[in-house]
Amino acid sequence: MTTGVRWTGRSLRRFEDPALVRGLGRFVADVADQHRGTLHAAFVRSPVPAGEIRSIEAPPGAPVLTAASFGGIRTMCARLDRPDFVALETPVLASDAVRHPGEPVALVVAGSRAEAEDLAEQVVVDIEATRPVLDAAAATDPAAPTVHAGLDMPMGNNVVLDARFATEGLDAAFEEADEIVALDIRAHRQNALPIEARGAVAAHDPATGRTTLTAANQMPHMLRTALADILDIGEAELRVVTPEVGGAFGQKMCVPREYVALVAAARLLGATIAWIEDRSENLLASWHSRDHSYRLRGAFDRRGMLLGLDADIVCNIGAYSNYPVTFGVEPLMAMAELPGPYRLSQYRVRSRAVTTNMCPIAPYRGVSRPVLTLAMERLMDTAARRLDLDPVEIRRANLVREFPYAMPTGLPVDPGSYVETLDAAVEALDLEGFRRRQQQAAAEGRYVGVGFSVFGERTGYGTPAFAARAMEITPGYETVQLEMNPSGDVTARIGASPHGQGLATALSQLLADELGVEPRHVSVVHGDTDTTPYGWGTFASRSMVIAGGAAKLAAERLAAQLREIAAHQLEASPEDIRLEDGSAVVAGTSVGVTLPEIARIAHHSSHLLPAPMEPGLSVSATYDPGGTFSNACHAAVVEVDPDTGHVHLERFVVIADAGLEVNPMIVEGQIHGGVTQGIANALYEELVTDDDGNLLTASLMDFLPPTACEVPQIEVTHLQTITDASITGAKGVGEGGAIGAPAAVLNAISDALSPLGIEVDEMPATPARVRELIRRAQPTTTGGRT
Amino acid sequence: MKPAAFEYHAPRTVEEALSLLHEHQDEAKVLAGGQSLVPAMNFRLARPAVLVDIAHVPDLDRIEATDPGGVTIGARVRHLDLEHNTIAGPLGSLIASTGRWVGHYPIRVRGTFGGSLAHADPAAEWCALACALDAEVHCRSASSERTVGAGDFFEQMAFTTCLEPDELLVGVRLPRLSDSCGVGMAEFARRWGDFAIVLAVTAVERDGDSITGARIALGGVAGGPVRALNAEAVLNGGPATAETVAAAAAAAADEVDPTGDIHGSADYRRDLVRTMVTRALDQALA
Ligand SMILES: Cc1cc2nc3c(=O)[nH]c(=O)nc-3n(C[C@H](O)[C@H](O)[C@H](O)COP(=O)(O)OP(=O)(O)OC[C@H]3O[C@@H](n4cnc5c(N)ncnc54)[C@H](O)[C@@H]3O)c2cc1C
Repeated sequence: MTTGVRWTGRSLRRFEDPALVRGLGRFVADVADQHRGTLHAAFVRSPVPAGEIRSIEAPPGAPVLTAASFGGIRTMCARLDRPDFVALETPVLASDAVRHPGEPVALVVAGSRAEAEDLAEQVVVDIEATRPVLDAAAATDPAAPTVHAGLDMPMGNNVVLDARFATEGLDAAFEEADEIVALDIRAHRQNALPIEARGAVAAHDPATGRTTLTAANQMPHMLRTALADILDIGEAELRVVTPEVGGAFGQKMCVPREYVALVAAARLLGATIAWIEDRSENLLASWHSRDHSYRLRGAFDRRGMLLGLDADIVCNIGAYSNYPVTFGVEPLMAMAELPGPYRLSQYRVRSRAVTTNMCPIAPYRGVSRPVLTLAMERLMDTAARRLDLDPVEIRRANLVREFPYAMPTGLPVDPGSYVETLDAAVEALDLEGFRRRQQQAAAEGRYVGVGFSVFGERTGYGTPAFAARAMEITPGYETVQLEMNPSGDVTARIGASPHGQGLATALSQLLADELGVEPRHVSVVHGDTDTTPYGWGTFASRSMVIAGGAAKLAAERLAAQLREIAAHQLEASPEDIRLEDGSAVVAGTSVGVTLPEIARIAHHSSHLLPAPMEPGLSVSATYDPGGTFSNACHAAVVEVDPDTGHVHLERFVVIADAGLEVNPMIVEGQIHGGVTQGIANALYEELVTDDDGNLLTASLMDFLPPTACEVPQIEVTHLQTITDASITGAKGVGEGGAIGAPAAVLNAISDALSPLGIEVDEMPATPARVRELIRRAQPTTTGGRT
Repeated sequence: MKPAAFEYHAPRTVEEALSLLHEHQDEAKVLAGGQSLVPAMNFRLARPAVLVDIAHVPDLDRIEATDPGGVTIGARVRHLDLEHNTIAGPLGSLIASTGRWVGHYPIRVRGTFGGSLAHADPAAEWCALACALDAEVHCRSASSERTVGAGDFFEQMAFTTCLEPDELLVGVRLPRLSDSCGVGMAEFARRWGDFAIVLAVTAVERDGDSITGARIALGGVAGGPVRALNAEAVLNGGPATAETVAAAAAAAADEVDPTGDIHGSADYRRDLVRTMVTRALDQALA
């Protein structure tokens, strides 16, 4: 190692990977296998979307637990403290009514999962099915069934949130407009589809009276708090461990009813019980996502300037809320962030959450942003076509260039590179060359197109931002505890809970630079409530910004202590001490002392420490920032087969700006995965139910994630705008890929089909939907030849 | 997603397999590549009490030339072996180009030709191929043996064949195609490797510019594979031109009566029939 080398900014290989690629990663199902005598659980689930439970009959003596077995267990309920919000309570197991297909009604345990499934089949649940309501628009009809009968719904049938915002000059802006563009955007239901479904092992230890829940999740501390509150016990009786997690994407953030039931059952039976969710359960009744409709009107002047925006947003949030963020996160984020990076002064929005007899919704990578970005980007392209402007020009005209900027809702946007990423994408694509090729293709009867998507991703926001949502449980800060052991190695204990992102590697790089050690001497401890400080876990593109910021602050404290000890030893001034190459040296000299030597003194010869310093090397710091916007431009090139409606993705270009990139390879990995999920959203994945509420996409034969065959090479270019909204300079990048991709793809399809006057506003844009649009636009087909 | 309990047998001879099937009748299921049966068991859509695994039964894994140009394909010949077959002439190339479309590589490594026919998925490539070529299906039970034409083998109900519970499909004979026969295969699926929404297999014999014998089989449009007989009639005796192809494709779209599902409405499938028939015929006449 050479002096002064910086680890930050290098694409270091991830320390996490050697174990994972050799099959040595330990996931929940592995933990289940490790315990001797583990029992396996299966849930008996409602076969219907709505009904009254008449009786639950189990074979005599069978270990079947129902709500009654758990006595006075509480319901799960997280609240927002706002007048336009109706709180929904979720029972841990349904006891009187069922409100969505797959809702858990009973839990059975047996020696193996196969036997548990055998037993579950023998449990007879007598449900008097009632008429379900599945569609959000239909649910608001006063004549529609009420999903939570008996609950006061002052804002309309099944309306559980009705939030509004308006600036004063909106109507005037529309009167002034040269062109008013109206759009209906529809994003169908999806499942976040982590490759590992959910799962947990609850082990009750009669010796200590404690229960350990090892669970695939993103928020171990929050999960423990929730379990303790619902089960009405102290948190000290519980330990939550997060082992290796095979993808989460938000689906493992909210507290599952199944985990609560499992802990209750383990305590009741004094046993170790595992539940490893299977794919069908996961598709049916884990958490769903999206299912948003936007009615949008944009007022534009002749030059394409956006003068005003009027939006009506409806989110079908399913049968229950989620814990702790609530269903409010979907409509409230949509209304707060819809205008995105486009300068806008006049904005009116109404955003509703509607409860239906569908599986509840939880945040999924990007949450509302993939759809709100789709809405704005479709608006820009549609307006450009109407006004005969270039889609790049209309964006350049409207994009924010001066910072800090405040959205009409007051949301502050820190410096970013919105125009620059767009320009870079135009160059990467050779847009002029592409337009020529597009014309040639058109002459051959082929339909190729390009689509852009420019967006900001609000990331790394702490308590102040969440407090604006008036959450009863307000997340935000992160704490990092840092210690150096006697051999000079550094351990960081974090409340964030990485699950595949490579955060341990990236934090090691950051800490290595602050402390003058090599990253391999830094280990990161996470995912265990017994050994880490309270924190909020990993979600909302927050870990590098917030846990990274806390790590930096903690490292500054530890570095100060190391310098002080070294200065005392070397009879120098602490300001003159540099930490580098594993030593503390007096600047400009070769006089120094190694970090292990300092560590020995701190732990083993503490009488040599400068007074009044305490023995040991252990510090802690917390960071709670207001948030920072990363940004990107995505561009897709597609060819549409007009006879089948199939969309072939030729190229996918991403110009991403995530501020300081601690590890560019990890950033790129996040983008690749996110874009792939965005492509899934745009073209492939859709949860479909029939009119009776039966899920028709209950396996991966029918719910279709794209594979390596369908996803093109994703070409990523990095820009780095550093702002002081983040003390490390890093911005979040976990969700951006998923946010930008759908709009780029749908814009590209619309561009390809523009000769037919087709605008694609519904996703996924399945071949059947695309073909139907073509057939309506062009009744005589080309005869099947391409 | 765990199967219900079952008994497992791995017979070493055809006779042993047949006697197990005879003994257990409709309690039993043959296990070949397991690529359809095992998922169905995991979903508990199929719950056979007894599995008769034919993986170790000899001789069923051969591709044998029969009369010149024709072949007999053993029941447990793998999809992959057919994709890479060495059968000469248009028959070999039609089998290879059809085989490419069956599932994904790992499925083609395990899944079998006989299993595909016995399973009779309405969108299976091999079923359409067997239907197009009027394959002869050899079936044996402990007490009998018979050969059934593809037309009678597939019932027009999904996943249903004329196989009796105690019968084993042992092999399938495909007839010779003349060296000048043109062949084509076109399929549309959502993703590479998915079951077809619609597929068309064609084989067209020609005498100069006029079509003398056309075969078109479709998958994904009915309970089983079907022949597009009206379309064949349009082609037979007609000139090998784009107009004839268009007329045949239109006739095919007209004569099918598909039902819709989540991947495509009846209307969309009918529309795809025209496109797939056009594309398969274009290949055959190229
Ligand atoms: C993800 C995935 C994608 C797939 N995609 C496609 C696709 O695109 N196209 C396609 O055609 N198939 C596809 N398949 C199915 C695959 O081709 C199967 O291999 C085939 O359908 C069945 O063959 P098998 O040897 O696996 O039979 P098995 O699964 O072992 O058996 C299937 C059925 O046939 C019966 N059977 C099998 N052999 C015999 C026999 N010799 N005599 C009597 N009965 C018998 C069994 O009892 C069972 O009922 C896919 C499968 C998967 C998992």
